[in-house]
Amino acid sequence: MAWLRARPRLALLLLAALLIALPFLVGAGLGRSWVRVLDFVLIYALLAIGLNIVVGYAGLLDLGYIAFYALGAYLYAWLASPHFGLHLPFWAVLPLGAALAGLFGVLLGAPTLRLRGDYLAIVTLGFGEIIRIFMNNLNAPFNLTNGPQGMNLIDPVSVGGLAFEGQRQFLGLTVTGLHLYYYLFLAFTLLAIGVAMRLQDSRIGRAWAALREDEVAAAAMGINTRNVKLLAFAMGAMFGGLAGGLFAAFQGFISPESFNLWESILVLCMIVLGGMGNIPGVILGAVLLTVIPEALRYLGDLQRATLGHVAVDPSDLRMLLFGLSLVAMMLWRPAGLWPSRQRKREFASEDEHADLYDARA
Amino acid sequence: MPTSTMPAPECLLSVEGVCKRFGGLAALEDVTLSVNEGEIFGLIGPNGAGKTTLFNCMTGLYSVTSGAVRLAGEAVQNRKPHEVVKRGFARTFQNIRLFANMTALENVMVGRHVRSHATVIGAILRCRRTREEETAIRARAHELMEYVGLGHKVRALAGHLAYGEQRRLEIARALATNPKLLALDEPVAGMNPAERQQMADLFRRLREDGRTLLLIEHDVKLVMGLCDRVAVLDYGRKIAEGAPAEVRKDPAVIAAYLGGAT
Ligand SMILES: Nc1ncnc2c1ncn2[C@@H]1O[C@H](COP(=O)(O)OP(=O)(O)OP(=O)(O)O)[C@@H](O)[C@H]1O
Ligand SMILES: [Mg+2]
Repeated sequence: MAWLRARPRLALLLLAALLIALPFLVGAGLGRSWVRVLDFVLIYALLAIGLNIVVGYAGLLDLGYIAFYALGAYLYAWLASPHFGLHLPFWAVLPLGAALAGLFGVLLGAPTLRLRGDYLAIVTLGFGEIIRIFMNNLNAPFNLTNGPQGMNLIDPVSVGGLAFEGQRQFLGLTVTGLHLYYYLFLAFTLLAIGVAMRLQDSRIGRAWAALREDEVAAAAMGINTRNVKLLAFAMGAMFGGLAGGLFAAFQGFISPESFNLWESILVLCMIVLGGMGNIPGVILGAVLLTVIPEALRYLGDLQRATLGHVAVDPSDLRMLLFGLSLVAMMLWRPAGLWPSRQRKREFASEDEHADLYDARA
Repeated sequence: MPTSTMPAPECLLSVEGVCKRFGGLAALEDVTLSVNEGEIFGLIGPNGAGKTTLFNCMTGLYSVTSGAVRLAGEAVQNRKPHEVVKRGFARTFQNIRLFANMTALENVMVGRHVRSHATVIGAILRCRRTREEETAIRARAHELMEYVGLGHKVRALAGHLAYGEQRRLEIARALATNPKLLALDEPVAGMNPAERQQMADLFRRLREDGRTLLLIEHDVKLVMGLCDRVAVLDYGRKIAEGAPAEVRKDPAVIAAYLGGAT
């Protein structure tokens, strides 16, 4: 690895090649269903990057984040499905979804400006549930969301007449809609990474960090804490809305079920597990928490093959392992698997790492 | 350094009849004082006299119950803290409030927030103006770290600095906002005599460089040697104001300090 580190350009090239070949490698090695998992990894990565702005950068604990995902998804369904007979192109709908989610981010942020920590968590949790319940019940008197049945036949993304569905041959490879979505999601994820990293390393990112550290001192140092908070909520929500729109197009079907509290918690866990505030860590969290549950499904087959029947339901096992791994992490890696240098310092005891900080300019 | 050598001192900060109540407790009662441009103004008084409360009322952390605070003629009471900072009034805290998990340099860079302009779009696109501004912020932060004598600690974590260094860092951070008036709440508390002397030198240097200082301090000797004028608070009331030598002889002041002890 050391020789790669010395050649950052080559490393980047290899990474790019890997990312481009990945769906085909995965498809050939593990089967088509895993390409689908790969697509979900990217959607969750997008969500986690967005939530990380709110929770990781600005330190505002948001348990209702999935509501923005829902808003983006529903807006997509409204504007690109037979439900209202509208079929706008994805490049028009996605920004609208992000904007709508951003607006709701501000609407959620404004009344909660004075809340911190636990109180904020409770209010945002309620907000997430309210949106879901609205989606569940807005089928009468006017059918807006089609209630619990959800909305289907949502238009797939289509670029220049190329719809992201079915399959076609290209250079001897079978390219399916799943592959095309992979590249689309990858593009958005890379964009989100760029945006998040640049924001973090800017005047605004520093203001968020100051807010997270000490709100009173931040205000006394000239930071307009209200604006900075609302900005964090709005930016995070926009990523959520974008991911929601992509999700709706990808699935072709959405229902309130997809946007329950568990999803919010899952995304939060990705951040906490991976390493709050650190983009690579957050992405690692998204990868692990999407891939591992899928992999655990095989335990069912394994039990059937060895024991002849399913002794432990894999989905129960999933929850168990999930809980155990979170507890283990809190004990041994409280800052996450791949924390930012800053988080690591926060959790490290002073004397243990004293030599690290005495660094000279 | 008597102020009489300067041409008619201009009033930079005036506190006019400020009252602050917490429920039944009157923490400040009809406090009036004025700080002239270019001086070091000392605010002294026994524990619980209301010094910190007055700071909080002036810098927007507390609303005042009544009265006015004017900075260069403009009313700033009951404004948001960041608006007060923007008008050129920065402060430090009695119980140090640094951004402990950010580096020393980043702390100071945060102070530049109010004097910089990059927007979200600018930050995302990282256009030339944003990059230049960022470079300027960093350069200014380095400069200020040197100024307060922490040039070698820029990369250290603020929370891991020694106590005295944290006090200096808080001053650098406040200076980064380009204040005309800098209010320091017990900046030498807990320091040894040598450190106090260094801090006093820093304060003089700040005055020479054209800043006005408002200083809460318990160390009477330091205040007397350093300040151009002082005011004394006791139980939320101002009991004296004037040149240090006069205030020191004021019977009310002597009573307040000795009375508190008996
Ligand atoms: N937020 C608050 N709520 C209620 N009472 C307060 C509050 N802040 C200050 N007080 C009270 O106001 C009075 C003045 O306190 P203040 O901290 O201003 O004193 P001080 O002069 O700074 O004292 P010290 O020298 O100990 O720092 C005290 O009786 C204190 O208990
Ligand atoms: Mg005090």
